[in-house]
Amino acid sequence: MTQTSKTLEVSVWRGDAATGNYETFDVPAHDNQTILDVVSWIQQNSDATLSYRFACRVGMCGSCAMMVNGKPRWTCRTHVKKVLDGNKVTVAPLRNLPVIKDLAVDMDPFFDKWVKAEGRHHPTGTRHDPMPEIKPDDPARAEANKAIECINCSVCYASCDTVAGNPDYLGPAALQRAWTLYNDAKDADKQSILDAVAGTGGCHNCHSQGSCTLYCPNELDPLSAILGLKRASAKSFFKGGR
Amino acid sequence: MLNIQLYMAQRLSAMLMAPLVLGHLAVMIYAIQGGLSAEEILTRTRGSAAWFLYYGLFVAAASVHGAVGLRVIVHEMTGLRGWGLWSLTWGFGLILMFLGARAVMAVTGL
Repeated sequence: MTQTSKTLEVSVWRGDAATGNYETFDVPAHDNQTILDVVSWIQQNSDATLSYRFACRVGMCGSCAMMVNGKPRWTCRTHVKKVLDGNKVTVAPLRNLPVIKDLAVDMDPFFDKWVKAEGRHHPTGTRHDPMPEIKPDDPARAEANKAIECINCSVCYASCDTVAGNPDYLGPAALQRAWTLYNDAKDADKQSILDAVAGTGGCHNCHSQGSCTLYCPNELDPLSAILGLKRASAKSFFKGGR
Repeated sequence: MLNIQLYMAQRLSAMLMAPLVLGHLAVMIYAIQGGLSAEEILTRTRGSAAWFLYYGLFVAAASVHGAVGLRVIVHEMTGLRGWGLWSLTWGFGLILMFLGARAVMAVTGL
């Protein structure tokens, strides 16, 4: 990285679930620099008490998502130059999740909703059964494939205005996972998935605003997955009344 | 705060209302073309089972649709839930149904 004499004016949220405020740091600007680099520089050089979360630094683990200038982003793959407002940038904890401290949020509600949406595998056989043959060009498999690159970063959950207004709503990531399993030939309990997503906080609360699809860093399409669940549950409703 | 039952109620009532709204607009425009007075319109609607069914269905669909829609808005804007939210949903729906039914009865005389 090339060192320049320029500095960035970085406002970082400091505080916990109850209270807090933005604190501004001057950070050396570099030609190639991510938001995570900036946050790490502050923690290593200005204030060692700054709390944040990251692991892989290459867009694989889904740990480092934060609000950058008010938008949810994976900070390890967000180049500073792309989001800079003048020489200023604001970094805050993810929206729609309880703040633990500074930039670290409690991800429990996010993952709890994956379980509530039946986002877990329901096996069709045991380890002693032969491996089922799955054709890659099968339409259901093609649909399931669309979302398997989800890294659970919670960017879609933070971007969702429905989650903000309705805390019971399962959210885009959990519903997308449910849709993936619904289309997986190896999943044995599709009705339990539909029952889970047809309840009070289920897919029918989605207003189709599409922030999830807009902000997904892996360019997945949770909105279409939710629409798929709505269609499947409507068919189930006409067939069996649920 | 929608489950599949409320969602289907709102969507199906909307599907029902779409042709009824278009029919209502078409009849309204047609009725005023020749300069029909309110009295002349009422002589045509009074005692008509067809108009009673048409607007009766319209009122029922609008009551269900409006009540479910308001429920979503109020929950997301105020956080109201549980007994209060159910009371609001049913209360608003029944008020719409009552007011609409009065209008339908006044126009059809049935």
